[in-house]
This record gives sequence, C-alpha cells and structure tokens, in this order.
Amino acid sequence: MNAPFVMPALGPVLPELVMAVGALVLVLVGALRGEKSYGLVNGLAFVTLALAAAALVTQPAGKVLVFGDSFVVDGFARIMKAIALLGSAVALLLSVDYLRRENLTRFEYPILIVLATLGMMMMISANDLIALYLGLELQSLAAYVIAAIHRDNVRSSEAGLKYFVLGALSSGMLLYGASLVYGFAGTVSFPGIAAALKGQSGLGVILGLVFVSAGLAFKISAVPFHMWTPDVYEGAPTPVTTFFASAPKVAAMAMMVRVFIVAFPGIIGDWRQIVVFVSIASMALGAFAAIGQRNIKRLMAYSSIGHVGFALVGLAAGSAQGVNGVIIYMAIYVVMTLGTFAIILGMRRGDTYVETIDDLAGLSRTQPFMAYAFGAILFSLTGIPPLAGFFAKFYVFAAAIEAKLFALAVIGVVTSVVSAYYYLRIVKIMFFDEPAESFSPLTPTLKAVIGVSTAAILFFWLAPAPLVSAANAAARSLF
Amino acid sequence: MFGFGILSGLLVLPLVGAAFILALRGDSPAVRSNALWAALATTVATFLLSLVAWSRFDIANPAFQLVETHAWLADTIRFKLGVDGFSLPFVVLTAFLMPFCILASWTSIENRLKEYLVCFLILEATMIGVFVALDLVLFYLMFEAGLIPMFLIIGIWGGKRRIYASFKFFLYTLLGSVLMLLAIMAMYWDAGTTDIAALLQHKFAPAMQTWLWLAFFASFAVKMPMWPVHTWLPDAHVEAPTAGSVILAGILLKMGGYGFIRFSLPMFPDASLYFAPLVYAMSVIAIVYTSLVALMQEDIKKLIAYSSVAHMGFVTMGLFTMTEQGIQGAMFQMVSHGIVSGALFLCVGVVYDRLHTREIAAYGGLVNRMPLYAVTFMVFTMANVGLPGTSGFVGEFLTLMGAFRANPWVAFIATSGVILSAAYALWLYRRVVFGELVKDSLKTMQDLNRREMITLAPLVVLTIYYGVRPGPILDAFAAPTNALIASTQAVFGAAKTAALMVQ
Repeated sequence: MNAPFVMPALGPVLPELVMAVGALVLVLVGALRGEKSYGLVNGLAFVTLALAAAALVTQPAGKVLVFGDSFVVDGFARIMKAIALLGSAVALLLSVDYLRRENLTRFEYPILIVLATLGMMMMISANDLIALYLGLELQSLAAYVIAAIHRDNVRSSEAGLKYFVLGALSSGMLLYGASLVYGFAGTVSFPGIAAALKGQSGLGVILGLVFVSAGLAFKISAVPFHMWTPDVYEGAPTPVTTFFASAPKVAAMAMMVRVFIVAFPGIIGDWRQIVVFVSIASMALGAFAAIGQRNIKRLMAYSSIGHVGFALVGLAAGSAQGVNGVIIYMAIYVVMTLGTFAIILGMRRGDTYVETIDDLAGLSRTQPFMAYAFGAILFSLTGIPPLAGFFAKFYVFAAAIEAKLFALAVIGVVTSVVSAYYYLRIVKIMFFDEPAESFSPLTPTLKAVIGVSTAAILFFWLAPAPLVSAANAAARSLF
Repeated sequence: MFGFGILSGLLVLPLVGAAFILALRGDSPAVRSNALWAALATTVATFLLSLVAWSRFDIANPAFQLVETHAWLADTIRFKLGVDGFSLPFVVLTAFLMPFCILASWTSIENRLKEYLVCFLILEATMIGVFVALDLVLFYLMFEAGLIPMFLIIGIWGGKRRIYASFKFFLYTLLGSVLMLLAIMAMYWDAGTTDIAALLQHKFAPAMQTWLWLAFFASFAVKMPMWPVHTWLPDAHVEAPTAGSVILAGILLKMGGYGFIRFSLPMFPDASLYFAPLVYAMSVIAIVYTSLVALMQEDIKKLIAYSSVAHMGFVTMGLFTMTEQGIQGAMFQMVSHGIVSGALFLCVGVVYDRLHTREIAAYGGLVNRMPLYAVTFMVFTMANVGLPGTSGFVGEFLTLMGAFRANPWVAFIATSGVILSAAYALWLYRRVVFGELVKDSLKTMQDLNRREMITLAPLVVLTIYYGVRPGPILDAFAAPTNALIASTQAVFGAAKTAALMVQ
C-alpha cells in the first residue's frame, strides 16, 4: 500500500490549469484593488482565455487519459473546447460596453465567466460520471450568479433565482440517475460502463439513463426541460444571455454526446428513442412557440431550443457521421448566435436598450450594415443555402438519413420551414416596413463582431473544407 | 488560369457587377445612372460570355462539356460545373433575358435602386448556377439560394400585397425543396457521390426510386408550378415588379422542368414510368382548369400567370411521354415560353408604368394611341396562343404529337386547352387594345419610347425567327434527348413490350 506517489502528467490539462490559476489570480487582484479593478480584471481575463487557447492548440494530437482515466483529451474534446473558448471570449468582449453603460462594472463578472468556462472544459473532457458532475456544477454555479449580476433589477434577480432552482432540480435528477447507473454497472467510468453493460439494458440502467438524460436535456434546454430558457434569456442582462446562448450550449452538447456515445454505445436502441423524442419536441416547440414572440431575446430563446433539436438529430444518428454533424452544427450555431446577440446589443437608442422586434422596423434604411448583416444571419438560422446554417443542417440530416431515421429527418426539415416563418418576419420588419426611430451608431466592438460573424456565414461555402475535415477527424476520435 | 473556365466566369461576372454597385455611395442621379449602366454592362457581358460558351460547345456530343472541378466539401461532393444540350440553352436564355430586366427597371424603380440591381445580379448568378451545376449539393445550393434575392425583390419593390406574396412564394418553394434535400442525402449514401454524371450511371433500386422521385417531384412540381400547388405563382407574379415577373416566368419556372429532365427521368426511370399517369392527369388538369381560370381574370398579370401554369402543363405532359417529340417539344416550349411570357410581362410593364394599374377594365382602345405597342403585344399574344409561325406553336405541336403517341386521350384533352388559350389571350387583347378609346386617362398615353423599343424588338424578332426556324434550339436538345431515350430504353422498352403483350 505504499506505492510511490506518482505525479500525474499535467501537460494534457494545461489549458484547464491555466484557467484555474488565472481565475484565482483574478480573484486576488479584484480583492486587493476593490471595486475599481473591473478594467484590469477584465483585461487579465482575456489574457487567461488567450493563454488557455494557446495551450489548447499546441497540444499534441492523439488521445490521452489522465487522473485515473477520469479526464480524457482527444480530438473531440479539443475542438469542442476551442469552440467554447471562442464563445466565452467573444461573449466577454461584447459585455464590456453594456456593463459600463448600465453601471454593472463589477470585477466578479469576468472571473465568473472564466470559472464557468473552466467548468465547461471539465465537462467536455469528463470521462466518468464524477468528473462530469464536477465540471457541470462549476459551470452552473457560476452561471446562476451571472444571471443575477444585475442585483437591483427585478427581472435579472428573478432570472437568476429561476435558473438556480430549476438548475438545482436538474442536477439532482442527473445525480440520481448517475447513482442508479453506478449501482447497476458497478463503475462510474464511461468506458467501464460500456464494458459492464455488454450491450444489455436492464430496467435499472434504463431508469438511470432516463434521469441522466433529463439532467442533460435541462442543460442544453431541450424540450421538455426547456421552461427556464425563455425567462432566463429575457430576464438576464443581454451580454449574459449572449454567454448562456453560446459556450455553455456547446459544452453541454459535447458532454451529452460523450455520455451517450462512449458510455452507452451498446444500448443505442434504447437511448435513441429518448433523443429522437427530445429532438422532435424541441424542433417543433422551437418553431411554433417562437411565432408569437415580440421580444427578440425571448424569440431567440425559442430559436435556440429549436436549434438544439436540430443538433440532436445528429446525435440520434449515433454514428461518426452524426457526431461530425453535431460538431459542425454547434460551431456554426455559436457564430450565428454571437452575431445575433451583437446585433441585439446594438439595438440601443441613446442610453436605453430596446428589445422588441418592432424596434427593428425599417432598419435597412436607417442602418443598412446592421440590417443586411442581421438579414444574412437570419437566413442562415433558417438554413437557406449558400449560408453557413445550411451546411450545419445538411450534415445532421445527412447523418439521420444514413442511420435510416427518415421520419425524424422529414419532421425536422418541415419544422425548419415553419421556423422560416418567424425568421422571415424579422426580415420583413427590417426590409419591408417603414422605418422606426433610428438606433445609436454601433460601437466599434459590435461592428467588428457583427462583421466577422456575418462574413463567416456568407463566405463559409467558399471554403468549407477546414471545418468539415477537422470535425470529421474529431468525430472519429470518439469511436 | 487556376483551372477556372467559362462557366465559373458566368457565375463570377454578375457577382463582380453586384460588388461594384454595392461599392457605390450616395443616391444622387449620377450614382443612379452609374449603377444602372454598370448593371446593364454586367448583364450584357455575361450574355456575351454565354455566347462564347455556346460557340465552344459541340452540339452533336451528348456528354457534359466545358467541365471544371474544384475541391469543395469532400472528395465525393465537389464543386463541379458543366453543361450539356439540355442546360446550355437555359444558361443562354438566362443571360439573354437579364439585360431586358435591367432595361425594364430603368425608370420604374425609384427607391433603393442599388439594392434592387444587386438582388438581380445575385439572382442571375444563382440561376446560371442551377443550370451549370454538375453536383447535386451544388445544384441544391443554387436552387435555394435564388429564393433570398427573389423574396426581397417581391417584398421590397412589389405591389400592395407584396408581403403576403413574398412569404407565400418563399414558404411554398422552401417546403417543396427541403424534401428534395433529404432525397439528395439518400442518393448520396446509396451511390457514395453527388456527382451528377456518376449518378446518371447509377441504378437505384426501384422501391427507392419511388420515394426519391416523389421527393424531387415535391420540389419541382411547386417550382414548375403544377396544379394543385400553383397558387403561389399568381400572387407572386402580380405583386412582383415587372422585371421580377419576367424572371419568374422566364427562368425560375424552367428550373422545375429542367429538374425533371436532368434528374427525375434519367435517374428514376422506373418511378417515372410508374408515375407518368399521375403527371398526365395533373398536366391536363392544369391545362384545362387554369385556362378556364385565366378566362375569368380581371388583372392582366394574373391572367398571364395562369396562362403560364397552363403552358407548363404542356411541358410536364411532353416530358413524361418519354418520346423524342415530347421531350424535345417540352424543352422547346420552355425556351419559347421563357421569351414569350417574359415579353408579355414587359408589355404589361409598359402600360403599367404609364397608368399604374393592371386592371383590364381600365384599358381599351390603346391601338388608337399606341400602334407600335399594339403590334408588339399582338405578336406575343399570338405566340402565347401558339399560332403557327411563332415560337409558341412548335413546342405545343411537338408535345401534343408526343402525347398522342403515348396516350391519345391525354393529347385530346390537352388540345382543347389550346382552344381555351386562344379564347383568353385573344379576349384579353381585344379588351386592352381594340375598341373605342373612351377613357380620359388613356387619351394622353404615349407610344413606345426608344428604350422600350430596344427592349421589345429583339424579343419580337426571336419569337418569329424561332417560329419559322426552330432548328438551332431543337438541334441542341437532340443529342441529349437521344442519349436519354437510349439509356432508359431498357425500362421503357420493356414496359411497352409488356403493354403490347397485354393488348
């Protein structure tokens, strides 16, 4: 029993270490310099994210297991972490101007973003149920606080409270499910579970799987665990919504893919039913419920529910093609979401931010750049070629067809036509209606984010190969 | 040069023009005129380039020519362009009609002219893309991409009910197309490629063909449009600005027919044979029913829109006879209809620009003030009826001949549609052009000005030229038609033999 203590190899977890140390340093700086340190802490947060990204991209290729096989670094983890880091960084960038205008410049904000992102990276790399839960809670607890960052605002506090109560409930369900799975499989390690089940599905394991799925569905805001999404999206300050809509979705989706594909590959017939149902319900609810929305943030909440449904079509396929589709979908979705929220942050008249879609009336004449960029993003969200959103849908539906899930694919494309209606309605308001009062000019940051994301969406079809081949390689690393 | 050929040039040229117009700043008359001339120069240059493509094209060769391939999504989904005898005439037709659309918009578009021209140039690129794409995914990409500019053209520059019409147009066509997208994916997994030339060689299992055929049919029938999914067309036509109607009638409708000849017939021959009676039924209903509906219209554009549906009925009927006459006639009918219906909409645009109404009742006796216009309008009306000596006759005659060989009853009912088309077209002409000039609003109408004459004269010449000498176009269709019939002979020949044995 006195085996020598072996220092685990820390190279694979270097990005996470950078983030963790960075977050601690930021807390120190904030604590020592007090309330006025927002600018400095914010800058250092960017440095932390950039260092972590640099550590990530310089990692050697291949699959590495560390910490008693509870933490895995493979191609899939690397690409999803890169997308999540990108999402967090841009969300943080977009928040600066808003926080200053609304007098919310607390140094905790960037720190919480860094901690949440660290949680996401843990989730993405988790290779057993305990590591998964650790990452998930780190991300969620940070997110609950950020949702309520606007302490004096009733809606923001309400959003934070709702998110926390429902989030705690879902974490409880996930834990309960995890304990059942552990009880019947005798291990918490994903590959261990797969080996223990040997393709057999007992009732207990299925029950555990259902609870785990419920917890995961909550995190990606899939129907029927989506109820928190519209309220939190609408209530939270817009930069916070931006953050929620981008990086955490990617991380939760990655975690879901890894759980199903790595831990339960033998009983795909069982979990596929769950995923297919959740996918169809999300796509349909996202498409129909968004039609009645006038608040753009609420509308985007339903839109994001729908998009999660589309991404799950890829997971339902359960094949390398399907995972490939999910990766491409999430990457493109993050770009579209960041562009959309940059535009929502640009909906400002003087010092007031407005949020209804009627405020966009006649935007094509008052602010053509903003209108054409948003138009391109909306057509992309609909999935009209040649915009990037089309390729996202193309790959998930191609995987579904390959897996012979024809009904799912047909329902999916039909709901995408329904969703076209409400996206088109925004285009109509911007291009066909008479102009409303003009917005204040876009800040340079917003302009840059909108410009870059729109360019990526518009010109993706000219050079799709880099993302497609990277996603392909990443997807194969799971099988 | 980097392996890019004429066909990529045809795609890039309109986009370059669009980028140039986008770069113009301001809204002064000088800028307007620059934008218009730039658009005109771009479209004319594109047309000339398409003529170069035609001059390098070997009509006797049924294979794809001017092929170029570039790396794209994957090794099996490539950016591949090429033309054969079926697609090249449509490329030229598209490039030919565009300058007229620009000319027709010269004075009638007052607001946001630059955006309008950019939309048209992007639309041109996607339309040419549809006809030159030799990869299914690329084809779908171009097929759908055209929706965005057309949606904006109808919605921003359209008439009173433009929003309703633009949404209906977009959602109808999208719903049809997404099913085709799923079929494309199924074909990809079955054949392992989306290369059209390779797929033409691939044999799909008959049971699978049925589903694939239906999915493609959903898309092309809406685009065509066939009865009963034609209802978006009258709305879109009526509300679109003149040039938008020209493009809708002239090119966008042809994508459906092109889709049938490029995919449905050669790739799913068993299913095409199985569903031919359905197509016949829908075609003759379209011919008779929409002709009757056209008789009742009080709006000139709506009447022409319904007549388009009827004429497209001849096309689908001709294609699915799977005879040489039927297919060539249908293809010729599409080219002819592209010129004639486009010209008819331009004619409507001429009087609409002066009086700002499309009500038939608002007109009458125009021949007294506008003799030139009366002559021009008559040529196109006669071509629309299918008078021998105009291009409209050749297509209808050949499709009816093909239909008679395949099923005499179909031909019989369809022929009655010819009579009906004479009824509505001539009655329209009488109400608009003949009679006493009594309405005060019409007494100051000016005859065609020079721009309008330049726009309409080439179309008059072509309508009559192709009516007398249809050879040049029919020859282009001959080689691929024979190849198609030869390649599907196994299926159809066997079916015919079986039918004979039953008799």
